[in-house]
Amino acid sequence: MGIVASVLKKFHGGVHPAGHKELTERCAIESMPMPKRLVIPLHQHLGAPSEPVVKVGDKVFKGDLLGKEGGFVSAAVHAPTSGTVREILEHPIAHPSGLTMPCVVIEPDGQDTWNPQLKGVDDPLSLDPVDIRDRIKGAGIVGLGGATFPSFIKMSPPRDKVVDLLLINAVECEPYLTCDARLMEERSREVVEGIRIMLHALQTKQCIIGIEANKPAAIEIMQKAVAGETNIQVVTLPVMYPQGAEKQLIEVVTGRQVPSKGLPVDIGVIVHNVATAVAIRNAIQLGQPLLKRIVTVTGRGIVRPANLEVLIGTLVDDVLAYCGGLKPDTVKVVMGGPMMGLALYQTNVPVVKGTSGILALLRNEAPESKEHVCIRCGSCVQACPIQLVPCSMAWFAKTDQIDQLPGVDLFDCIECGSCAYVCPANIPLVHYFRYGKLSWQAKERENKKRELTKQRTQSREERLAREKEEKERKKEEMKAKMAAKKSGGAAADEKTEAKPAVNKTGSTKEPAATESKSGGDDKATRAAKAALAAKAAKAAKEAKSAQGSES
Amino acid sequence: MIEAVLSMSGLALAAGLGLGFAAKKFHVEGDPKVDGLTALLPATNCGNCGFPGCRPYAEALASGETVNVGLCSPGGVEAMEKIAAMLGVATVEMEVDTGPKVAFVREEECIGCTACIKVCPVDAIIGANKQSHTVVADMCTACKACIEPCPVDCIDMVPVPVTPYSWVWNKPENSAALH
Repeated sequence: MGIVASVLKKFHGGVHPAGHKELTERCAIESMPMPKRLVIPLHQHLGAPSEPVVKVGDKVFKGDLLGKEGGFVSAAVHAPTSGTVREILEHPIAHPSGLTMPCVVIEPDGQDTWNPQLKGVDDPLSLDPVDIRDRIKGAGIVGLGGATFPSFIKMSPPRDKVVDLLLINAVECEPYLTCDARLMEERSREVVEGIRIMLHALQTKQCIIGIEANKPAAIEIMQKAVAGETNIQVVTLPVMYPQGAEKQLIEVVTGRQVPSKGLPVDIGVIVHNVATAVAIRNAIQLGQPLLKRIVTVTGRGIVRPANLEVLIGTLVDDVLAYCGGLKPDTVKVVMGGPMMGLALYQTNVPVVKGTSGILALLRNEAPESKEHVCIRCGSCVQACPIQLVPCSMAWFAKTDQIDQLPGVDLFDCIECGSCAYVCPANIPLVHYFRYGKLSWQAKERENKKRELTKQRTQSREERLAREKEEKERKKEEMKAKMAAKKSGGAAADEKTEAKPAVNKTGSTKEPAATESKSGGDDKATRAAKAALAAKAAKAAKEAKSAQGSES
Repeated sequence: MIEAVLSMSGLALAAGLGLGFAAKKFHVEGDPKVDGLTALLPATNCGNCGFPGCRPYAEALASGETVNVGLCSPGGVEAMEKIAAMLGVATVEMEVDTGPKVAFVREEECIGCTACIKVCPVDAIIGANKQSHTVVADMCTACKACIEPCPVDCIDMVPVPVTPYSWVWNKPENSAALH
């Protein structure tokens, strides 16, 4: 497949937002100095949160495990530097809710000492593919493009699926961001080394690196870097948002479409971000877990835009301060790109594995707009890269017709924001989709709980019935036993009966009656005892509260 | 044709006059108190009050069948206060719905009597005799069945905290605009 053929293919819709990449595209990657405090969230990835394996006061080396995987779809979290675990607490994170999540707080000791046990492999291509996957899993690597899907899962395709193409996503179609472009310009050798390892692990013959045409420097350097490689090819793609979305990229490069609810592996393709390739290379060749990432700090609200290599857990506050701080008329700080990123409630949240950018936007970059009436122009339908009907989806969400949402394929929506970008009525379509998606999920959770309640009530009733039956049976048995004993023992000796005192005086009572009465007595005494205990406890409580009120 | 029209019109007129006369002649005066109370209720007929609808609740209040003026949850505190004013009785504390709740055992006060365990309809309380009990929050349905039997009153209904996992996006603020 030649380059010309591939660039002629296209996905449906898409938009052309202004690039704004000039702010940082010439800023070389710099390492940020060690902050005073690192706050590492235990859930930075898609899937289940990781479980902490350290406790407060522990000394950790750089690269030590802080949290292990909490499920199959989960990722480990490591200490980005050596130091002491100061706290494990609920800390604000970059989440649209503005709520908190469990985080490990590390106070760096300034030594930045690696755990001496972490060792790389000189010849990664001699490793078994399964071994490579395990090392990727152990290093806690997730997709660094922003979706943060655990990478080891994409490195272990099901046995019945043939992967014939590894696609490296270096599109970086989000405006403003340049971290992937700089990575390719400065570390092209590492990218290629990472790709070689991935090809070996996947046992795949072909790799294509997709780069948009607005990054000529990166394209040139990458083409040089793959010059000697027979199975790695760089493809220049026309500029179009959201080309960096996995499914759109596949369609542009191969012409194949990922089915709804399907995965790229279903059509023989695996897509990894270019930064993930470097992270995998570092994990295998150097033995380094994922501890840092490149973040584009940009926007016209920041004093000194830059591409920074930042430790995971560095607070956005520290990053902004290192870049000279915010200009006074900054209206918004966004984590991620301007199209799909997340406006932050507060800036004391940590940088996580998926943080590709931190944008400080001025009013003219992030204009406030009032929602108007839909004029049914159909622009959103034309712009949607998934060929959905955004206006219908938004309508059902807006009118709380949550049950209708799966019917309009809301869950195929990738929330790229193309529809909202073109909407002449400024309808916040993606906001409606997110509201709809989460409302639907909440409803599902409720349904599940209702189902569980039903099950538990039923099993309780069954248990009670069983217990009752058991009791009856025991009673019957006892009755039979007593009767047998009586008929047998009456002739021999009356005094051998253990509790016939009542019987004797009360004349001709049946043994069963005695049994039930003695049982009743027992129950009454027990009840009395419980009442007494309760009374004592209540009295003690009252005394306590009286004491409390006195003092 | 003309006959048909005339006869039908005549019939309609006669029936209308008859009905109108009957309505005046045999008019039964409704209890104005009930009408007044019904007007204060939201007319949703939801049945949350335990009566078949808003009017039956108003009738029950007027007749003294119930004296609780705070049974209408959709009407809320506002309706309760108005009803109390109309009936000339004291206002009552109303439970305001503050979102989902679950039962919670204050474990240091629990005496381990197993009374709550026995009544829980979903077996969501665990513990043993003379051992502190606890509620498995994920299974609790907030039915409050365990509150009453507790001899030391150590069970509270506590709100379920919102986490990033259960949180739901709000609707866009100025969504008043028509679609």
